[in-house]
Amino acid sequence: MSIAQPIHAPADFPVADVQCTVRANRAVNDRYRHLVLEAPPPLCRATPGQFFHLLCPPAAGDEPFLRRPMSVYRIAPEERAIEFLYNVVGAGTRALARLTAGDTMSVMGPLGVGFTIAPAHRHVLMVARGVGLATMAPVVPWARRRGIRVTAVLSARAPEDLMEREFTQREEVRVYPVFDRDASSDVGRVETLLRAILDQDRPDAMFTCGSNRLMTLLQRLGLEYGVPGEIALEQQMACALGVCLCCVRPIRAGGAIVHKRVCCEGPVFDLQQVAGTWRHG
Amino acid sequence: MQMVDLSVRIGSLALKNPVMPASGCFSHEFGQVFDLDRLGALVTKSVTPKLRKGNAIPRVAEVSQGMLNSIGIPSKGILHYVNDVVPLYAAYSSPLVASVSADTVAEFADAAAALSVPGVAAIEANISCPNLEADGRAFAMMPDTTRAAVAAIRRRTPLPVWAKLTPNTGDIKAVALAAQDAGADAIVVANTILGMSINVTTFRPTLGNVMGGLSGPAIKPIALRLVFQCAEVVSIPIIGCGGISTGADVVEFMLAGATAVQVGTASFIHADAMMRILEELRAFCDARGIDRVADLVHKARVEHEPIEW
Repeated sequence: MSIAQPIHAPADFPVADVQCTVRANRAVNDRYRHLVLEAPPPLCRATPGQFFHLLCPPAAGDEPFLRRPMSVYRIAPEERAIEFLYNVVGAGTRALARLTAGDTMSVMGPLGVGFTIAPAHRHVLMVARGVGLATMAPVVPWARRRGIRVTAVLSARAPEDLMEREFTQREEVRVYPVFDRDASSDVGRVETLLRAILDQDRPDAMFTCGSNRLMTLLQRLGLEYGVPGEIALEQQMACALGVCLCCVRPIRAGGAIVHKRVCCEGPVFDLQQVAGTWRHG
Repeated sequence: MQMVDLSVRIGSLALKNPVMPASGCFSHEFGQVFDLDRLGALVTKSVTPKLRKGNAIPRVAEVSQGMLNSIGIPSKGILHYVNDVVPLYAAYSSPLVASVSADTVAEFADAAAALSVPGVAAIEANISCPNLEADGRAFAMMPDTTRAAVAAIRRRTPLPVWAKLTPNTGDIKAVALAAQDAGADAIVVANTILGMSINVTTFRPTLGNVMGGLSGPAIKPIALRLVFQCAEVVSIPIIGCGGISTGADVVEFMLAGATAVQVGTASFIHADAMMRILEELRAFCDARGIDRVADLVHKARVEHEPIEW
């Protein structure tokens, strides 16, 4: 097994740019793929919600120029591995999909601010939509190791898109799947479901990722029930280090709305501080 | 083996090597990745006298071998820069170059004066930005507005003044000469090229601001040509900028007439790109038996005078 070699990563520089070897890159279902990278200890310092900046090697007509920010799906220091779940949507992820075991790619990170789980938390509610599920999945083993109960509402187009096993990773999680196909993912029906959870077994915190509509709903319910929350945002990035100011989103701070950088002041923000929704593409 | 002498001079300023960041593509955060003291100079993002929030998102879009950006120069003003940004770089021996942008000639001059504080080694005048006194056309699009802005800045600062020119002009030689005549100590050639792209799925322009600046390897031949043309007419040092991402690119720009170079977009692909470029430049000089990198400046072997288009 080859060991990933740091390119320029002296110990006193906290962000490493490492040439990582691909261990596996498999289809999970028709839409999502699972990438496992060999990762030296500096990369395995990642915490749930943090991300890596991936330089996707050119492949078959796709020459992605910029790196692609991707939140880490699984951090396994004991296996010297970091893992990603991704949806093939554009030049970057198409190029990623063509990697096979033994290939190498440049990986920079870990980057950004992850989810915060307070020691006093006993129960957390996670609401994930689509590939947002991958961003939130590492919270599950993290919380379970600390004896925190996890309830999850997972939203997908159809049952075959839902990666419930990938999300729970054999941990004990109370999962409520909802789907577009049977309209159970309609915001009104999700609201009824969330109100039932909040009324019967109120969580100490709510985490979400992947949907503007769910974000707006959780902001409203969070205020009404007095439950704090966090959301992982995404945004087109260039440098991912806070230098270029490309990846800003409007965030409430001190009575005003300011631009904050998703790469280094996020990607995880306080749920109530996110101002407005965002149209992707 | 004798070490290659990488030092260069930009007027009165001695640089330990010719590689420095391009404004807008650098801040102290890169210190998380490499030792900033290895850079020839530290060039910060343009600061403006007025507070600016910056442009609508998305602010970046990828194109073939490059990127479009329209950040819109978010700025917390000159005082914030002097009080809170300049001290961030006090620990480094590489000279700090303060890039400044303004809406009018008078504002440019006032800002340059306010930026002339201990800790700032030179002023880079970003005259590639819209001139509100000329229907928003960039100062450096025309010789007369270039001359007016640079002369006004020159009168108000004892520091070296670098004029950062725009490629979005039809007469780069006249603009470069105007900057020199007005007292610039160096010219930076060039900035991003105005461009745009449209998403054919959504029919929306990819940038929130619709148009933006093209950068990266896609523009390198254009920037190189601009440096070459400027080198034919000016005697002040030229700092090349545009798509540089390898040591060979630095050599190319120096051969065309640049004394130093700025690296921008490449640092977004590899955060330590400038370190890699320096190592490649040193290796090139070693392999070719070049003792002083400065000996490369303007040494392109042009065998026939080009026809000017």
